[in-house]
Amino acid sequence: MQRITIDPITRLEGHGKIEIFLDPEGNVANTYFQIPELRGFERFCVGRPVEEVPILTNRICGVCPEAHHMAGAKAADAVYHVDPPRTAKMLRELLYSAFYVTDHTTHFYALGGPDFVMGPDAPVADRNILGVIHKVGLEVGGKVIQCRKYGHTVVEMIGGRKVHPCTSIPGGLTKGITEEQRQEIEKMGRWAIEFAQFSLKVFDDIVLSNKAYVDLILGDFYTHHTYYIGTVDANNKVNFYDGLVSVVDPEGVRIGKYGPGEYTDWIAEHVEPWTYLKFPYLKKVGWKGFVDGKDSGVYMATPLSRLNASDGMATPLAQAEYEKFFATLGGKPVHQRLATHWARLIELLYAAERWVELATDPEITSDNFRTIPTEKPTEGVGIVEAPRGTLTHHYWTDERGITTKVNLVVGTTNNYAPISMSVKKAAQSLIKKGTVVTEGLLNMVEMAFRAYDPCFGCATHTLPGQMPLEVTVRDHTGLIVDVLKQNL
Amino acid sequence: MTTNGKPKLAMYWAASCGGCDIATLNIHEKILDVDANFEVVFWPVAMDAKYKDVEAMEDGSILLTLFNGAIRTDENEHLAKLLRRKSKILVAFGSCANEGCMPALANLSPLQEIFDTAFSTVTTDNPHQVRPQTSWTAPEGEIHIPTLYPVVRTLEQVVPVDYFIPGCPPESPQIAAVIDLVVQVLQGKAQLPPAGSVIGAGTSTVCDECKRKRDIKHIKKFERIQYVKLDPALCILEQGILCSGPATRSGCQALCPAAGSPCIGCYGPAEGAIDFGARLMSAVASVIDSNDPKEIDQILDGIPDPAGSFYRFNLAGSLLRASKSAWESKA
Repeated sequence: MQRITIDPITRLEGHGKIEIFLDPEGNVANTYFQIPELRGFERFCVGRPVEEVPILTNRICGVCPEAHHMAGAKAADAVYHVDPPRTAKMLRELLYSAFYVTDHTTHFYALGGPDFVMGPDAPVADRNILGVIHKVGLEVGGKVIQCRKYGHTVVEMIGGRKVHPCTSIPGGLTKGITEEQRQEIEKMGRWAIEFAQFSLKVFDDIVLSNKAYVDLILGDFYTHHTYYIGTVDANNKVNFYDGLVSVVDPEGVRIGKYGPGEYTDWIAEHVEPWTYLKFPYLKKVGWKGFVDGKDSGVYMATPLSRLNASDGMATPLAQAEYEKFFATLGGKPVHQRLATHWARLIELLYAAERWVELATDPEITSDNFRTIPTEKPTEGVGIVEAPRGTLTHHYWTDERGITTKVNLVVGTTNNYAPISMSVKKAAQSLIKKGTVVTEGLLNMVEMAFRAYDPCFGCATHTLPGQMPLEVTVRDHTGLIVDVLKQNL
Repeated sequence: MTTNGKPKLAMYWAASCGGCDIATLNIHEKILDVDANFEVVFWPVAMDAKYKDVEAMEDGSILLTLFNGAIRTDENEHLAKLLRRKSKILVAFGSCANEGCMPALANLSPLQEIFDTAFSTVTTDNPHQVRPQTSWTAPEGEIHIPTLYPVVRTLEQVVPVDYFIPGCPPESPQIAAVIDLVVQVLQGKAQLPPAGSVIGAGTSTVCDECKRKRDIKHIKKFERIQYVKLDPALCILEQGILCSGPATRSGCQALCPAAGSPCIGCYGPAEGAIDFGARLMSAVASVIDSNDPKEIDQILDGIPDPAGSFYRFNLAGSLLRASKSAWESKA
């Protein structure tokens, strides 16, 4: 069978690979999105003191170690049945909010944004962060760098280091913050709110006021009807650090909410022999293959999912944007994957507002940031929302607190099935009998998964430029009939 | 590929987490110096050259390659060899490339066990015990994924390495200092250090950078950090928490101890230490307050995970079984 190989997709860590098979007529028969790496954290995190696991699992991803450190710390709290003091929880969430601002900003300006700001079929040389800066102004580049600096400054103040934080331990943190640090954090947070508002305005000016883009977002091309999950607080508002995981069906009906202790009732993982990564699905619905719809357990966990699965945002400015989002896109749930870029900016604003909320809480500088565990360690689950999806760490220990078993369901992994489906749908829509496979087409395939901000093993999204692709077209004997390269 | 006449620079990640690339980006405006002085010809995470472009380059045409990540798969090994051939100067960048880092703790388990664990977890629905196949015949044709090697190796265990930049990840000011140095060398204002040197780090230990006070106090018991409130001014090891500072190379400004957390050894063995774990064990032995073998055993029971504690970052690069010799016997 004729095939098209996309390999390597260099801006996925570990080099993602896509195989597209064509039927004899030249239409797409099937696609395989393969993940070529396995590092074995679930094995080698066993036999370790459980307080070390939130530091070990940082090394799953150097882009979002904050997410692993938080999920790990919460799992370790649960192992010891210890509830950290309010200040400890707030400090962790403050660190996490600052991290979210940095992370979402980088995705919008460096990876996802260029497709919209410059246009999906803009000249290749312009469709990157530099093109964005030239279009929206040089000072914006400075702001993006400033935003990354501020975010990492807060991460280091609370987490001890800019990459791979080390201060969360069972029961709280090893350190607090001073009033002087608090003032600096608050100042940076207020700047971040303005920056988030500015970013939404950029999106409004460039994307939403352009009918062609709105049509692209709303079209069927990048649409899938799946379940959505995301963590919500007691008022069903989006929360990144704590709460229950809300699950909504493809019609937007909430079918339930689960806490960390119940995740195994809700989530299961399917295995395929052609990739190292598993495919999570909703256990109560079941694995029916790579298909849409209410009978298929495929779900998504992204910024768009979190908005779909919640009743709103917990901060005022972000709430107003949330309302505008659903009003513009025709109500809940929004199935169009490209809307994820907009949802991500609304979360950016929420994270900045939450940053300031926490930085101005009178208890944030309290020295009551630890509870010493007194109970025997057993088993615990910690869940946070990583930028790219719900992140679950589950540890079992012996009575000394030495891990005996570890299970991890990681952010992007949640989205492996929907990303595979999006790639297939994009390929099927674009590559038909007689189609000339062009460079613009390749970017349209890219856009199918770029919306998810995929981070296999993490790290995809932080850097300037765009994802390079190479497509080799082979006939059924394996002979190369055409090679198309983008951005080489 | 076009060329602008500037010296060529490459940065590559093998089996890694991306933290090295983030730390490199965290040099912020200094990245402009890189742009001004180098032509970046290959950096998958930041720009768009491909393997085949690298293959097409003349051997030795890249002046400097910063290689992060360990060697876990045949693809990692292929790229290490390719970039070695194409580069005048090959630098092992970050803990994974230098010594294996935490993912090399996987070397304590057979590969089969790693697969069995990953594909039979509590959430995995796998009644037929499916395992990923490096070559698989789909209904439409055969597809492939890379082969995982039985052990994780360091870069130097695969190809000759010219310089070593340690750290998990290397601290951004250290990366910036290395870039400054290379720029000065290019301008004829400085000379490269002797081949084989560790660069972007200090020559003493983390203890020498640590502001905490040491009293040469001995201990009767090792504690776990969740059970003690540490005095913020005093040496962490002397308060009974295992700290890797005495065995670890300086260069990070002792960030973790300053944040109330022990050094975990990410900058690798201190100058002159052949084996990190051995060096740390002798440092630990020197703070134990006992001469009674039985009591010493009891005190050491307070370190429940010696392999993970003494070889957290260094297993692949250590003298232990699961290192180069193990690979050679299996190869």
